[in-house]
Amino acid sequence: MLKTLKSAATALVLSTGAALAAGGAGHVHDVDFSFEGPFGTYDQNQLQRGLQVYTEICSACHGMKFLPYRALGYEGGPEFPEDQVIAYAAQHEVFDPELDDYREAKPTDHFGVSNDPNAPDLTLMAKARSGFHGPLGTGISQLFNGIGGPEYIVSILTGYTGKEMEQAGTVFYENTAFPGGWIAMAPPLYGDDVEFADGHSADLHHVAEDVAAFLMWSAEPKMMARKQAGFTAVIILTVLTVMLYLTNKRLWAPVKRAAKEQAKGGTPAE
Amino acid sequence: MSGIPHDHYEPTTGIEKWLHSRLPIVGLIYDTIMIPTPKNLNWMWIWGIVLTFCLALQIITGIVLVMHYTPDTTLAFASVEHIMRDVNGGHMLRYLHANGASLFFVAVYLHIFRGLFYGSYKSPREITWIIGMLIYLCMMGTAFMGYVLPWGQMSFWGATVITGLFGAIPFIGEALQTWLLGGPAVDNATLTRFFSLHYLLPFVIAALVAVHIWAFHSTGNNNPSGVDVRRGSKAEAEKDTLPFWPYFVIKDLFALALVLLIFFAIVGFMPNYLGHPDNYIEANPLATPAHIVPEWYFLPFYAILRAFDAEVWLVQLVSWLSFGIIDAKFFGVIAMFGAIVAMALVPWLDTSSVRSGRYRPMFKIFFWLLCVDFMVLMWVGAMPAEGIYPYIALVASAYWFAYFLVILPLLGLIEKPLPQVATIEEDFIDHYGKAKDSAKADAVASPAE
Repeated sequence: MLKTLKSAATALVLSTGAALAAGGAGHVHDVDFSFEGPFGTYDQNQLQRGLQVYTEICSACHGMKFLPYRALGYEGGPEFPEDQVIAYAAQHEVFDPELDDYREAKPTDHFGVSNDPNAPDLTLMAKARSGFHGPLGTGISQLFNGIGGPEYIVSILTGYTGKEMEQAGTVFYENTAFPGGWIAMAPPLYGDDVEFADGHSADLHHVAEDVAAFLMWSAEPKMMARKQAGFTAVIILTVLTVMLYLTNKRLWAPVKRAAKEQAKGGTPAE
Repeated sequence: MSGIPHDHYEPTTGIEKWLHSRLPIVGLIYDTIMIPTPKNLNWMWIWGIVLTFCLALQIITGIVLVMHYTPDTTLAFASVEHIMRDVNGGHMLRYLHANGASLFFVAVYLHIFRGLFYGSYKSPREITWIIGMLIYLCMMGTAFMGYVLPWGQMSFWGATVITGLFGAIPFIGEALQTWLLGGPAVDNATLTRFFSLHYLLPFVIAALVAVHIWAFHSTGNNNPSGVDVRRGSKAEAEKDTLPFWPYFVIKDLFALALVLLIFFAIVGFMPNYLGHPDNYIEANPLATPAHIVPEWYFLPFYAILRAFDAEVWLVQLVSWLSFGIIDAKFFGVIAMFGAIVAMALVPWLDTSSVRSGRYRPMFKIFFWLLCVDFMVLMWVGAMPAEGIYPYIALVASAYWFAYFLVILPLLGLIEKPLPQVATIEEDFIDHYGKAKDSAKADAVASPAE
């Protein structure tokens, strides 16, 4: 009996973890990002570097259609000054149905859609993947480690083994993080793919982390406002809870005292 | 309103009398707020107020969300992102609404299981129970349709799977499914009608909640001892009860504040904890997710649905006896709805005359097993239907039905209940008197050792 219980418990633990880890196959390793935990915030410099990686590499194939250029200047994001946001937008072209032609993008326009129809939109990718679900598959750890989406992105970008295979005319690349092990995306990063203006290291891992952080921001631009609201709510509710507890205690005290006295006296007063 | 004798509202000033003779609304509010409530209610009696709060929260946040949402398959996903990014406080509104649904179901399950343990469904509260079950069904419908609205992958495929259940009904199934969806597959017509009904049903729930409250205000609350309030005279009733205001209002508000503290911590710090990541991918009818999982609150019944596959001998037998009309798929659908119907009929299935599970030693064991069973069903519902999981699901489903259809009817006949307290007053005095005395006795006893 005990043995059965034990094996059932083991099955429970193993299966929960495996089933929730995005298909079960890929290995995703944890990365300490600045925005994790109840008080974590985005690192503005990292977001700016991540935008550079996205612009120079990812955007060749991928789009970010839900993100407007203006968001680059918003509080809690990369916080570029207004003129830089305008200049960045102006580097891109959008199709204007009114002009029936392409024109320079304005901050109110959105980032483009994917150039390659097989490349998924990246705006929400960091929230659309949950890299790990520990401990015991409960996922409680995401309070401190996040949902694992950015870690999944880092793991994919750094998980190429170098092996290739061709199937029905498509080349697949072996990737230790991708569910199933073979991904259609060619390795996008090799290290030193970009040169950062702030002189930050551009080795494979740093670049992958920077772009993952940027994609977390693009998926959840209001994260810092949300955590602040959550923190304020928790403080106010703690005070309210304590006050209501004391009110309740005081309100019921005479009733409970009477009950205690009756218990001592034996017979309840008729 | 309740049959318990208590003071009623008496208009004193001229304007009060004027209004009272035309519309006795102040009297109605007074009687509702001042209803005599059993003194001995424990902390499991707070979920009603939490549920009322949830309904209000969902309706208010929902009404504001609707101002920014677009029910159109090409725009719905983008409009949700618009809410998350551009609407002032929109991310908070949406996370409150999404997690509010989870809080709603946490509270309703605790409320239901409290009722099951303390026999709150028993005479004379059968109508309260039935109305409650109707509310629960409406909640499930509302939550399911609400989950479709963001038009993510899980929205789309969840809707496809669940509406497919209606297709399993023999003869009329396919026509019924097409009628529900407004077309051959989940598409714009489905989204718009789900949107419309998602807005409508909460108001139906609000009306049912009013009737639910009306019903138990007519019979009076149940209480942990299950013993009735004495109703011979006002003085007698006052020994067993306290007015709802202020005693239970403050108590419930304290509990609500504590619950909200946890709720806001989740909304603020891990708002996507209970959601599925795939729902941040826009719906794509051409790409099926590896693993279609409903929201956690549907998992127990989803597990029952999947438990009865074509390999179960009972399913094979029924299929053979019905000349194949009741196939495995339809059997699963019957089982899933049957599981809720069995729970709804518990007032007539439980044959014991003792209300509270506190005085039923054998019942207690089976009740706690049912709680474990519910958790097992929830867990196995999230697992893929392969390996050992279908067997676990089958055993757990069987226990669910056995509890309501076999165990409860039999227990009433064979179980010997423990002696009950005579009055609620006695129960209350026992609790506060004896608990303190034994604590004191312990304190005295330990230094002597």
